[in-house]
Amino acid sequence: MALLQLSEPGQSAAPHQHRLAVGIDLGTTNSLVATVRNSIAVVLSDEHGRSLLPSIVRYKADGSIDVGSPAQGAQALDPRNTIVSAKRFMGRGLKDVAHIESMPYDFLDAEGMVRLRTVAGVKSPVEVSAEILKVLRARAEASLGGELVGAVITVPAYFDDAQRQATKDAARLAGINVLRLLNEPTAAAIAYGLDNASEGVYAVYDLGGGTFDISILKLSRGVFEVLATNGDAALGGDDFDQRVYCWILDNARIGFPSIEDTRRLLLKAREAKEMLTSHDETPINAVLGSGEQVNLTLGIDAFAEITKTLVSKTLAPTRKALRDAGLTVDDIKGVVMVGGATRMPQIQHAVGEFFKQEPLTNLDPDKVVALGAAMQANVLAGNRTFSDEWLLLDVIPLSLGLETMGGLTEKVIPRNATIPIAKAQDFTTFKDGQTAMSFHVVQGERELVADCRSLARFELRGIPPMVAGAARIRVTFQVDADGLLSVSAREMNSGVEASITVKPSYGLSDDEIAGMLSDSMQHAGDDMQARSLREQQVEAKRLIEATEAALEEDGMLLAAGERAAIDEEIAALRKRIEGSDHRAIKVGIDSLNAATQDFAARRMDKSIKRALTGHKVIELKI
Amino acid sequence: MAVTLTEKAAKHVTNFIAKRGKGVGVRLGVKTSGCSGMSYKLEFADEANPEDIVFESHGVKVLVDPKSLPYIDGTELDFAREGLNEGFRFNNPNVKDACGCGESFNV
Repeated sequence: MALLQLSEPGQSAAPHQHRLAVGIDLGTTNSLVATVRNSIAVVLSDEHGRSLLPSIVRYKADGSIDVGSPAQGAQALDPRNTIVSAKRFMGRGLKDVAHIESMPYDFLDAEGMVRLRTVAGVKSPVEVSAEILKVLRARAEASLGGELVGAVITVPAYFDDAQRQATKDAARLAGINVLRLLNEPTAAAIAYGLDNASEGVYAVYDLGGGTFDISILKLSRGVFEVLATNGDAALGGDDFDQRVYCWILDNARIGFPSIEDTRRLLLKAREAKEMLTSHDETPINAVLGSGEQVNLTLGIDAFAEITKTLVSKTLAPTRKALRDAGLTVDDIKGVVMVGGATRMPQIQHAVGEFFKQEPLTNLDPDKVVALGAAMQANVLAGNRTFSDEWLLLDVIPLSLGLETMGGLTEKVIPRNATIPIAKAQDFTTFKDGQTAMSFHVVQGERELVADCRSLARFELRGIPPMVAGAARIRVTFQVDADGLLSVSAREMNSGVEASITVKPSYGLSDDEIAGMLSDSMQHAGDDMQARSLREQQVEAKRLIEATEAALEEDGMLLAAGERAAIDEEIAALRKRIEGSDHRAIKVGIDSLNAATQDFAARRMDKSIKRALTGHKVIELKI
Repeated sequence: MAVTLTEKAAKHVTNFIAKRGKGVGVRLGVKTSGCSGMSYKLEFADEANPEDIVFESHGVKVLVDPKSLPYIDGTELDFAREGLNEGFRFNNPNVKDACGCGESFNV
C-alpha cells in the first residue's frame, strides 16, 4: 500500500489528494530538489544518497544523455558535448555571454538565445536545463511516490525577464508545472524561518562555486521585499581554489605545470580549502607527472592571507547593495549565509565583522535555497491552510520605461521597485491630428534610449484626430510576480487599446546590468546635458511647427516686415537646433516667442472677434 | 487490543516531532472518504482530546478517537522504504479489501 506521511493536525489529505510539490534550486554548478515531508523540509537524494546533482549534461553520439556525475566524469574527455553551467547561457544572446572564447563549446548565434552544436544536434540552453530538471523531477516522483502538482524554481534575484522566461520554458519542457519562480535569497530567508522572525532588514550573502550575490531583504508583517541586489558574476569558491593552486606552484617552485598536473593540483587545492573549514592546517601532498613530489602544509592564517583580496571583493558589492537600499550595517538585523564557499571561516569572520554580528550558518549553505523553495511550494500547492501565507515581493533590477520624443527615456518603473507592480503614466500626442502612436519599451538607467536596452515595440492605432496634446494616452506597465512585464496603452477618450507582453528576445547579463549601472553614474553629467539638449530641441521643433501653422492660417495679419522678422527668427532657431548647446536653443526659443508675441495677440483678437460676431452680449455664456 | 508502532516507526515519529519543535504524539484515525470507503488519518497531535484513547508505544503517545478505534484496533504502524520513497504503513488486521493503492479500505 501507499506510504503515508505525518500531517499537521486536521490536515490529513484525502486519498489520492496528496499534493506533491517540490522546490528546485537550479544552480550554475549544482542543482537540488527538496520537499516538505512530515512537516519538515528535506532535500531529496538519489539512489546513492547524493543530494547535489552537478548541473552538467552530456550529449552522446548514440542519442542518449548523461546528467550529473556521469556527465561530470566525461568533462575532460568530451568537453564539446558536455555542457557545464548552462544557467549562464539562459536567455542570452551570443554577445551577452562572458568569456565565450575560453569555453570549449561550438556556439551558434541564434534568434533570441545562443545555441550549442553537439554530437546530438543543436541544443538551446533551455533544453540543457530541461534535462537537469527532468532528472530532478524523476527523483522527486520516485521519492514521493506520485506525480508532482508543481514546483517552485529559484532564480537569482537579478535574472531579467528573458532569463526568467527561459527558466520557465525549461521547466515546461521537463514536464514540470511551475508554481512560481522564487528569488534565491528570498528562498534562503524562508528556509531560516525569517518569515516567522521579528520584522526587520536581513542580508543574504550567497557565495557559490562561480558567482557571488548579495541581497538586502526587508521583512514586514510576514512579507518579504527585496530592497536591493548586487554581486559579482565572476567570483566564487573556484577562485579560492585557484589562489591555493597558485600558492602551491609558488611554494613548490613549479614553473609550468602540465594540463594533467594542473588538474591534479587544483583538486588538491580544493581539498585543502575544504579541510581548512574544520582544521587549522592541512597537508598538501601530490606526485606530479614528472615524479616530482609536492609536500606542503597550508595553515589557516596563510590561507586567509592569500585569499584576503577575494574576500574583500565580496564586500564592495555588499556595500553598494546597502547604499542602493539606503541603509547602513546598523539597520541589518540578520545575515543569512548561502553557498558552499561560505563554509570558509575567513568568509564567516569577514562577514561577521562587516555586519557587526554573527551570520546565520546553522543550515547547510548548499541546501538552504532548495529547502526554502520547498517550503514555498508546499504553501502554494495548498498543503498548508494556515492564513499566514507569504506574499513574496521581489525587485526589478533595472528601470523600465518608454522612449519619448527626441530619443529620451521616460522611466515608468524605477529600478529596485518591488514586484508585482503596476504603474501607469499618461502621455499625449505630439502633432495635430495624430492617430497613431508607437511605443518603445526600454530597460536601463541612462537618459538616452540609445544607451538603454530595447525590450519591445508596439503601436496604438485608431486614436481619434485631436489637436496636439489633447489625447490622453495612459500607458500601464505591469510586472507580475514572476518578473514578467506587460505593457498596455489606452487612449482614455476613445478607449482604443493596445498591449504587449514583453518576452524579450534576449536579456541582459548581470555584468551588463552592473556595467549599465556604473555607466549611468559615470555619465550622469553627460546624460543631464544630453537630456536638456534633446528637450530643448524637441521644444524648439514644436514651436517652429506651431508658428508655421499659425503663419499659414493667419499670415495676412502681419505686415511684410513683421513676417520677415519672424521668418528670420525661425531660420535662426533652426540653425541653433543643429548645434549641441541647449542654452543657445533656449535663447532662440525665447527670442522666437518674443518675436511672435504681437502676432499671437492679433490672432487671439481675431478669433475672439470671429466668435463674437453676430452675437448679442446676453447670448454669451461666460 | 491496541494500536502500536514498530520500533522503527516510533523512532521516526520521535525524530519528526523533535524537528517540528512541538507535539505530544501522533494521532491515528480513519476518515469516511476515499474510493474504497475509508481512509487513514495520520497526523501530529498537539494536544490530547478528552475522549481520546491513548496508547504508548516505544515512548511515543498514540492518540485514537473512540469512533476510529474499531476500524484500526490491532493496527501496527510501520515505517518503510520503497526505493527512494519512504513513509508510514498501516498494518491493519481489520481490512477486508482495499483500493489498488491501499490508500482507502473497507472493513
